[in-house]
Amino acid sequence: MFVARSIAADHKDLIHDVSYDFHGRRMATCSSDQSVKVWDKSENGEWHCTASWKTHSGSVWRVTWAHPEFGQVLASCSFDRTAAVWEEIVGESNDKQRGLSHWIKRTTLVDSRTSVTDVKFAPKHMGLMLTTCSADGVVRIYEAPDVMNLSQWSLQHEISCKLSCSCISWNPSSSRAHPAMFAVGSDDSNVTYGGKVQIYEYNENTRKYAKAETLMTVTDAVHDIAFAPNLGRSFHVLAIATKDVRIFKLVPMRKESTSTGPTKFEVQIVAQFDNHNSQVWRVSWNITSTLLASSGDDGCVRLWKANYMDNWKCTGILKGDGSPLTGSSGQPTAMSTVVGSSVQTSQNALNGMSAGRIGKRAPFAPPLRQLTSPKINQHPAYY
Amino acid sequence: MEEVDVEPAVTNIPAASSGTHLGFAWGPGDILVYETLYKASGKCTGSGDIHEVRKDEDIYSPILRKLFNESHHIFVGLQTIREDLPSKNKKPQFVSISKNYRSVIRACMEELQQVVSILLAIELIWNLCEVLFIDAAPAGSLLLHLLDWVRLHKADVDEKAREVLQSESPAEHRDYWDVVVSYVLQGRLEEARQMLVKQATLQPAARKMYKQMDTLNISPGGTQTLTEFDVKWRHWHEEVDRCLQDNSFASNKHLELICKILVGDEDTLLEHKDLLSTWYHFLVTRLLFCHPTVKPTELHYYAQSCLTMFLDSRSVPEPLDSILLAAFEFDIHQVIKDCSIALNNWWFVAHLTDLLDHCKLLQSHNLHFGSNLREFLLLEYASGLFTHHSLWQLAVDYFDHCPEFGRVYLELQIERVPLDTERKALKVLRICEQRQMSEQVRSICKIMAMRALRNNRLGSALSWSIRAKDAAFATLISERFLQDYCARGTFSDLDLIDNLGPAMLLSDRLTFLGKYREFHKLYGEKRFREASKLLLSLMTAKIAPRSFWMTLLTDALPLLEQKEVSHHIQLIYSRLNCLCVSISHLDNVVHCSLHFSAYL
Repeated sequence: MFVARSIAADHKDLIHDVSYDFHGRRMATCSSDQSVKVWDKSENGEWHCTASWKTHSGSVWRVTWAHPEFGQVLASCSFDRTAAVWEEIVGESNDKQRGLSHWIKRTTLVDSRTSVTDVKFAPKHMGLMLTTCSADGVVRIYEAPDVMNLSQWSLQHEISCKLSCSCISWNPSSSRAHPAMFAVGSDDSNVTYGGKVQIYEYNENTRKYAKAETLMTVTDAVHDIAFAPNLGRSFHVLAIATKDVRIFKLVPMRKESTSTGPTKFEVQIVAQFDNHNSQVWRVSWNITSTLLASSGDDGCVRLWKANYMDNWKCTGILKGDGSPLTGSSGQPTAMSTVVGSSVQTSQNALNGMSAGRIGKRAPFAPPLRQLTSPKINQHPAYY
Repeated sequence: MEEVDVEPAVTNIPAASSGTHLGFAWGPGDILVYETLYKASGKCTGSGDIHEVRKDEDIYSPILRKLFNESHHIFVGLQTIREDLPSKNKKPQFVSISKNYRSVIRACMEELQQVVSILLAIELIWNLCEVLFIDAAPAGSLLLHLLDWVRLHKADVDEKAREVLQSESPAEHRDYWDVVVSYVLQGRLEEARQMLVKQATLQPAARKMYKQMDTLNISPGGTQTLTEFDVKWRHWHEEVDRCLQDNSFASNKHLELICKILVGDEDTLLEHKDLLSTWYHFLVTRLLFCHPTVKPTELHYYAQSCLTMFLDSRSVPEPLDSILLAAFEFDIHQVIKDCSIALNNWWFVAHLTDLLDHCKLLQSHNLHFGSNLREFLLLEYASGLFTHHSLWQLAVDYFDHCPEFGRVYLELQIERVPLDTERKALKVLRICEQRQMSEQVRSICKIMAMRALRNNRLGSALSWSIRAKDAAFATLISERFLQDYCARGTFSDLDLIDNLGPAMLLSDRLTFLGKYREFHKLYGEKRFREASKLLLSLMTAKIAPRSFWMTLLTDALPLLEQKEVSHHIQLIYSRLNCLCVSISHLDNVVHCSLHFSAYL
C-alpha cells in the first residue's frame, strides 16, 4: 500500500473521527477544537474543505453521515454532553461558485448527563433514527418521524446498560429473518463486572428493546465495536476492539414457537489477535466485510482478511513513521498532494513495488540475464 | 499442503510525532489515516494531515484497463459454453479460450514495455498451465508442447541469429556457435542445420554432423505411435553415442560439443547455463535428448532434479520457480495459491482459476471447495474493479456468474456507485432493474429525488419519486407544486404534469395535481362544461386537500359567468354547503357562498 495523497486537515487540535459519506465523495472530520469540517472530493480526486464550523462546547468525539435518502445530514456527539443533528442548506449561487456550503443545526439532544461517546444512525430501513451512548451508561434512540422536518426528534427508547458506554453498532442487515439489533460496548475497566459487550434486540410485541446477549468472555474495557455487513448469511459477525482484536460469530438459535423473549445466540469466537500488543481503540469493516481494520496503542493500523477457508490473517500494517511530511506542518493551505513514497511507474501495475517498502525487491519475471536474485517480500494477495 | 507464512507488508505513514495513535476510515478503494489520540491527554497544537492510502495495484493504468476490458469479453463467452456438450467437444473450445486470454496478455505487453516483465511471467505460467492442465498433452506431444513453450519465451536467439546472418561472414561471427548451440538446445535442428551449412562449406567434418542431424529430424507425434517413435529414437540415440565414442568429431570441438548435447550429456548442458538461462529450459532440453517420451506424471521428478542441478548452492528458488514446479507437479491448487501470494493483483488468478474450474480441473482434486475458490477469487477481483469510475460496469458480469454470493455483493456495491450525473444514475438503475433488485432501484431513485428536491427542481424530484414508487414523497412534492401555484399563480414543469399517465395514481395528492392541471387546461381551451364537470368531481371525490378548497372556490367563480354551466355551479354550491360545515375558515366560506347565491 502507499500514501496516494495527503490532505492538510487544518484543525486546531486533535482529530477524533473522520467519516466518509455513503458514496465516498464527501468526508467529515471532527476535533477537540470543537468544530466539524466537511470536505468534498472533486473530479480529479482532490479534497476541498467546503464547510468548517463550531459544533459543540467541548471536544467532538464522533461524526457520522445519515443515508443519502434522507438528504445531506450529519450527526455529531461531544464531551459537552450533547449530540447534534446538522443539515446542509443549498446556498446562494455565489457561495456555490466559491465552493462553500452551509450547515445548520436542526436539533440538539441534551438528555445525557455525561459525555456522549458515540452517535450512529440506525440502518435506513428503520427510518431516520439516531442512537447515542454516553458515559452515564445510557443508550438513547431518537426518531425523526417527518423526514422533511429534521428539527423534530422524539426520544423513543432509553436503555440503561448499567456500565459506562463507549461505542454502539447497529446490525446493518435489513433481512426480515431477524429483528433489529444493536451492540453496545463498555469501557468500564473493572473486570469483575462481567461482559463488556451487550446485544439488544427489538421485540415486536413489547415494542421495546430487550437484552439478548452479553458476551461474558469480554471482560476488559471495550473501545469500539462493529457489526459486519451481512452478505445474506444466517449468522452475524461482530468485531470488538478491546485489549486485543476479537471477531465473534453470533448464530441465532431456533426459537420455540411459544417463546416471546429475545433470540438466543450461540456465541463463537472466530479470531483473536493481540498483534497490536496493547489496547485496540478502533475496529471497522470495509463495505463487503472482507477486510477488517484495527487501530491500537502501538500506533499502527492493521488490516485483517479471511481466506476462502475462513482463516484470518494480518495482511497489511500502516505504521506512523514519526517524521513530519515536509512542507505541510502548520500550513493552512488547501492541499498538499504528495504521491507518497512510491514512484508511479507502470511497472508497479501488477507487481505492486513501492519504494517506501521495507526490504529490497526483485522483479517477478523470468531472468533475462541474471541467474539469481534476492528473495522478494511482497504484499500478499491473501486468498 | 502447508500454509506459506508470508509476513504482512508494512506501509509507512508520515506522522508528525511518535507515540500517537492512528485513526482510520474505510472509503471506496482507499482508507483514510490520520493522527489522533484515543486516550485523554494534554492539548496539542494542531492536527496532522489526513492521508489517503491505497493498495498498490494500479488499476487506473490505461493499459491494464485494456486488459480488463478484453478479458471481460472472454470471461462472459466462457460462462456461456453449454454444459451439456460432451467434453471432447468442449476441450478445443477451452484451449481456444486459453489462447485468447494469452493473446490479450501479449497485446498488452506490446503496448507497455515496462510492464512486460510481469506480463511475460504471467504468460509463461499461463502457457504452461494450458499445456499441462487444459490441453493435457499426453506423452509424446507433451514434449512438443514444452518445446514450443520454451521457444516462445526465449526470443533472443532469433535476434542473435539475424545479426549473425546479416554479417559479412556469418560462420566467423563471434556469436555464430552460440546461435547454433542455442538452436540445438531448443530442438530447432532444421535451423541449426541451416546455420551449419555456412560452416559445412568451410569444413568437411561439419558435413557429417550435418548428415547426422538430418536423421535426427524425427519427432514424436505425427502418424507414428509412441512406441514406434521410441524405437526409432533409441536407435538414433545409439548412433549419436557411437559417433561420440569413436571420436568422429574430435577435430572440431564445437561439433563435438553439439554431439554431446544431442546425446543428452548433463555436464555439457550445465556448462551452457548462460545459453539456457533458466532451469526449465534445461529441463526441456534434457527431456528432449534423454526422455522424449516422458509422461505427464513423470515430469515432476525431472523438474525437481533439474531445478536443483541448475541453481548453484548459493541461490534460492524464486516465487516463479516454485510456481512452475507446482505446475509440473500438477498441483493446481498450489499454483493458484503461490500466484496469489506473488502477485497482488487478482486478475490473473481469478481468470485462470475460472477457466480451470470450467475444465472441471478443480473438482478432480480432493477439495470440496473447488468452486468456492473460483467464486472467492472472482469476487475479490470484481470488488476491486468496482471502485473504479468506469470499470465497475465490467464487475457486474463477474458478480452475475458467482452463484452463491454474486448477487449480494452486487447489491451492496452497486448502491455505493456515486450518482454524479443523471445519466450515470440511469445506467446504474438499468442494471438493478434488469436483475430485479427492487430495493436498490427504490433507494437510488429516492436519493435522486431527495437531491432534486433540495435543489428545488420539483419536476425532477417528482419524476424520480414516481420511479421509486414512493407515494409519500410524491405526495410531498405534489404539495410543493400546489403551494408554488398558490404563491405564483402558475405551474412549473407543465410537461411532466401533463404527461403523468397512470403514474398519477401513485398518490391522492399527485392525482389531484394532475387533474387540477387538467382543469386549467380545459378552462384555457374554453371547454367550460368539461372544466366545471371536472372541478365538481374533484370536490366530490374528496381528493382535494383542505388547504386548497379556497382556491377551488375562487376557480369556480369565473365559471359562474358561463351560462351553460349553471347547473354544475348549482351543484358545486350545494356541495360547498355540505362541505363548509366542517371548515375552520367558516367566515371565508360564508362570504364566498353568499357571493355565489347572488348568482343563483
